[in-house]
Amino acid sequence: MCKQTVIELSVNNHPGVMSHICGLFARRAYNVEGIACMPVNGGQTSKIWLLVNADDRLDQMIKQVDKLEDVLLVERYDSGHPVFAKMAEFVQ
Amino acid sequence: MKMSGAEIIIKLLERQGVRTIAGIPGGANLPLYDAMGKNGNIKHILTRHEQGAGFIAQGMARVTGKPAVFFATSGPGATNTLTAIADAKLDSIPIICITGQVPLSMIGTDAFQEVDTYGLSVPITKHNFLVRSAEDLLRIIPDAFRIAASGRPGPVVIDVPKDVQMAEVEFDEWPELGVPDATPELFHGEIEHAAAMINRAKRPILYLGGGVILSDSSAEALAMAEKGAIPSVLTLMGLGAIPSGHPLNLGMLGMHAARYTNLALEECDLLIAVGVRFDDRATGKVSEFCPKAKVIHMDIDPSELDKIKTAHASVRGDVADVLKALLPHIEQKNRAEWNGRIESLRTAHPMIVPGADDPTSPYGVILKAAELAGEEAIVCTDVGQHQMRTAQVYPFTRPHRWLTSGGLGTMGFGMPAALGAALAAPDKPVICFSGDGSIMMNIQDLATAMEYDIPIKIILTNNNALGLVRQQQDLFYGQRYVASDYDKCVDFIKIAEGFGIKAYDLGNCDDPAVTLAEAIAAPGPALIHVPVSPNEPVYPMVAPGAANSQMIGGENHV
Repeated sequence: MCKQTVIELSVNNHPGVMSHICGLFARRAYNVEGIACMPVNGGQTSKIWLLVNADDRLDQMIKQVDKLEDVLLVERYDSGHPVFAKMAEFVQ
Repeated sequence: MKMSGAEIIIKLLERQGVRTIAGIPGGANLPLYDAMGKNGNIKHILTRHEQGAGFIAQGMARVTGKPAVFFATSGPGATNTLTAIADAKLDSIPIICITGQVPLSMIGTDAFQEVDTYGLSVPITKHNFLVRSAEDLLRIIPDAFRIAASGRPGPVVIDVPKDVQMAEVEFDEWPELGVPDATPELFHGEIEHAAAMINRAKRPILYLGGGVILSDSSAEALAMAEKGAIPSVLTLMGLGAIPSGHPLNLGMLGMHAARYTNLALEECDLLIAVGVRFDDRATGKVSEFCPKAKVIHMDIDPSELDKIKTAHASVRGDVADVLKALLPHIEQKNRAEWNGRIESLRTAHPMIVPGADDPTSPYGVILKAAELAGEEAIVCTDVGQHQMRTAQVYPFTRPHRWLTSGGLGTMGFGMPAALGAALAAPDKPVICFSGDGSIMMNIQDLATAMEYDIPIKIILTNNNALGLVRQQQDLFYGQRYVASDYDKCVDFIKIAEGFGIKAYDLGNCDDPAVTLAEAIAAPGPALIHVPVSPNEPVYPMVAPGAANSQMIGGENHV
């Protein structure tokens, strides 16, 4: 099993943001293994967590995601993120 | 103030300095056209196809360096724009496409002329918007201009539902104009490190791309080449960055480069890549590109750094800022040994130009046209053999005068881009080199040239074939010319005349040089027809996927 990483994105919250992000991964045949999204505060922005396999394309993917106009901040959690640990309970 | 969404759009465009917009009206963007009619300060160019409108916008943007705007209606109008938008994305050209959309309440119902323009344009734009309220236009329009022109430029799509165009809005004041963001701060460590590598190198080569043109840093690039005595190669998009006759200019690199250019790159010990993205047409097989060289890569887009080739040193920043910061650190040198070696490569493996003196030959007509049009001319091409020949031999002397579809390689680019260039720079001669395959892809906009009397000169080399495809079949597919030769001939003279354009035939005149001169000097648009043989390949050529050292043809047999 390959090592996984979590990318945490702060993004503008409007319809279409998710398609920009997922489209980037999809066309490069880079699967997003897990995804979570919640609005922040009043809902002007959202947080998105992406669980991805950490292969050698990841740095380039992060740079591409960071270029998106609606992406405000990108953080990387190489040792995982509790959001997915909690979510895993729902799919056991 | 109380205005409709459509009136707000037109006023905001006018405030941004937009004076010419190409496009086609339809049901879903008629409020926009109505507002333009009431405003009266913007000239509209009615094209015959929305792709043509997109390339007119590109022509304007490539010449001025500023965002240009075009309009299309919903559905088929919007889908027709996609090629021009994708083309702008690959060549980093700032254009803004404003499309009409069905009313908000009908989105998603398969309404008449409905298509998901937002969804379709996600992967081919720098950014896109689906406007959901007229108030949002006050933010979105300036933002589109900011995004298109900031950092690495690119296309923006704004999809505006018809009811949003018609909705009335009360507002107190106009928003600030959309202007490019400040360029990113440089890291001085990166600059000093790069300078030290350049000063230490024995056989450096500057590798200049479209980023040099887009950042208006030609003067700095030339200053750096001269101060460090660094020979320079240009990408297809970088042509014009330094003058073609300059002794340090080795011309275009890559698939159709002169032999000495690619051979020099084989020997360099430092490749200084400036505003380039290591496109495969430039690098050939990447693992064998500049095999002896360390690489310094300078670019404003961090995602380009280490994307294709891992650099030994990266400098992130606007290329103009980077070169300005770098220049004082570059040691004055003459590099006599390296430049001597380059000269001997140039003598032993020169660019062979068959028919250079014959104005009815594929190369000769380019050289003659260049001589007649002068240094101020803007040169557009379509895509194919004529494009590569122009890139190889046209004597470019300055930036923003060379308009070609580099990344996407769009046949049909040239003629409408030439229209845009002529609209943006009415004081300059505009020449478009095209082929019989390419011109057919947007030939309808000859009518646009006629209608607005736009003085472009189209030089059509006609081999009655898809020449570059045929050349690949010749070299790599056992000469099985499947679907690359046309069986019958189209009469381009009659076609041009049918569109109301003056036509000249270099294949059927007493003195082709005189006829060409007459055509270029004549007012208004003209088509100059040059019949050529399909059996004249563009050499040298590197097979797709092969190393640049493996060039076919173009040897010096003297």
